[in-house]
Amino acid sequence: MSERLAPFRPYAPGTQPDNNAPGYRSTGLRHPTRPLLKIPQTITELFGPQFSPAQFPPTDNIAVSGTHEAVGERIIVAGFVRDEDGRPVANTMVEIWQANAAGRYNHPRDTHDAPLDPDFKGSGRVFTDQNGAYRFITIKPGSYPWGNHANAWRPNHIHFSLFGAGYATRLITQMYFPGDPLLALDPIFLATADATARNRLIAKFDLDVGKQDYALGYRFDMYLRGRNATPMEDHHADHH
Amino acid sequence: MQTTTSQTIGPYWHLIEDKSWSDLTRFGATGEVITVTGTITDGANAKMTDACVEIWQTSPVASDEFPGFGRAATDDSGYFSFKTIMPEPVRGPGNILQAPHLAVTILARGLMFHLATRLYFENEPTNENDPVLSLIGDKALRNTLIARQTKTGVWHLDIHLQGDAETVFFEI
Repeated sequence: MSERLAPFRPYAPGTQPDNNAPGYRSTGLRHPTRPLLKIPQTITELFGPQFSPAQFPPTDNIAVSGTHEAVGERIIVAGFVRDEDGRPVANTMVEIWQANAAGRYNHPRDTHDAPLDPDFKGSGRVFTDQNGAYRFITIKPGSYPWGNHANAWRPNHIHFSLFGAGYATRLITQMYFPGDPLLALDPIFLATADATARNRLIAKFDLDVGKQDYALGYRFDMYLRGRNATPMEDHHADHH
Repeated sequence: MQTTTSQTIGPYWHLIEDKSWSDLTRFGATGEVITVTGTITDGANAKMTDACVEIWQTSPVASDEFPGFGRAATDDSGYFSFKTIMPEPVRGPGNILQAPHLAVTILARGLMFHLATRLYFENEPTNENDPVLSLIGDKALRNTLIARQTKTGVWHLDIHLQGDAETVFFEI
């Protein structure tokens, strides 16, 4: 690890949610109350975990369990993972998890009175290719109620987890579906001030991503932090 | 294009949990094996039982034998535990060595954006000149990042998201 890497750029103002999000009740006792301490990006932050398909086998079709098809509307979700400069983020692991078609997670703490589907576990992982492209097959998740406020329902969503090039590029997000009337009521979606930024969490309906007589398609591209143009980490060492 | 917006990991992230990931020695890494345990406490002084904790270390250098990365859930009592290899000091900015440390990420329901902090080891002499610890003038605050040794090979850190003992969290 002797090479020098440029630090990752700061997030654009307003494009990331504040952890103090009063509309989302669970943030009340969980958001730090002191300002975050800005630290330099060292090799700890500039490098990050890398996962190989050999050690972390991909599971790109989670709409099927053995030979049993899961219940629900089969969909294909595909897109690119790129950095802010449009460069592909290749060979990076993409983890997903979601509720089943009825809006129930295969999770012991989900007590929503909707049926479980024995053929839908609800999680998978894929790797991007050299162009940063990923693709998986699943079923469209249902909405479900949650206790945040009276008659609160989460919009349909799929959870995503990405790592990217460094520890500093970690991203956990949720993909939403176009035209969902619950988006305008959802305090998690609305926690991000910048409407353009949050609207990019809504996938694009795209028949070409789908497959005739098989599945509808949604395109969801994700962007991870880009690097500054020049290495800064050893700035002082370079000039003394 | 700007970086995609973060959303909470939520209460059901365990669907991607693989309990083996909390053992960073599972691929055959050798070295000084240590156990790192901890708790995460919220602003009502309740231990969080639904959090996802991730660690990352650049020493030893990641390889097929050592992923450098681990993930663990807090259990019903609010405890998490990792088995890993004790890191050595690593290069820091301007040729100042960084003390041995683990990067720690906390994700949970109620966190819209993951929290980043570090875990250092008590009685480690290089802590004194560590470039990140040195940014924290207040000794009590600095100590929120320093795990204590509870027995041979076992280190423990209590992380607090709010309150008098609130942990120092980073903007990276």
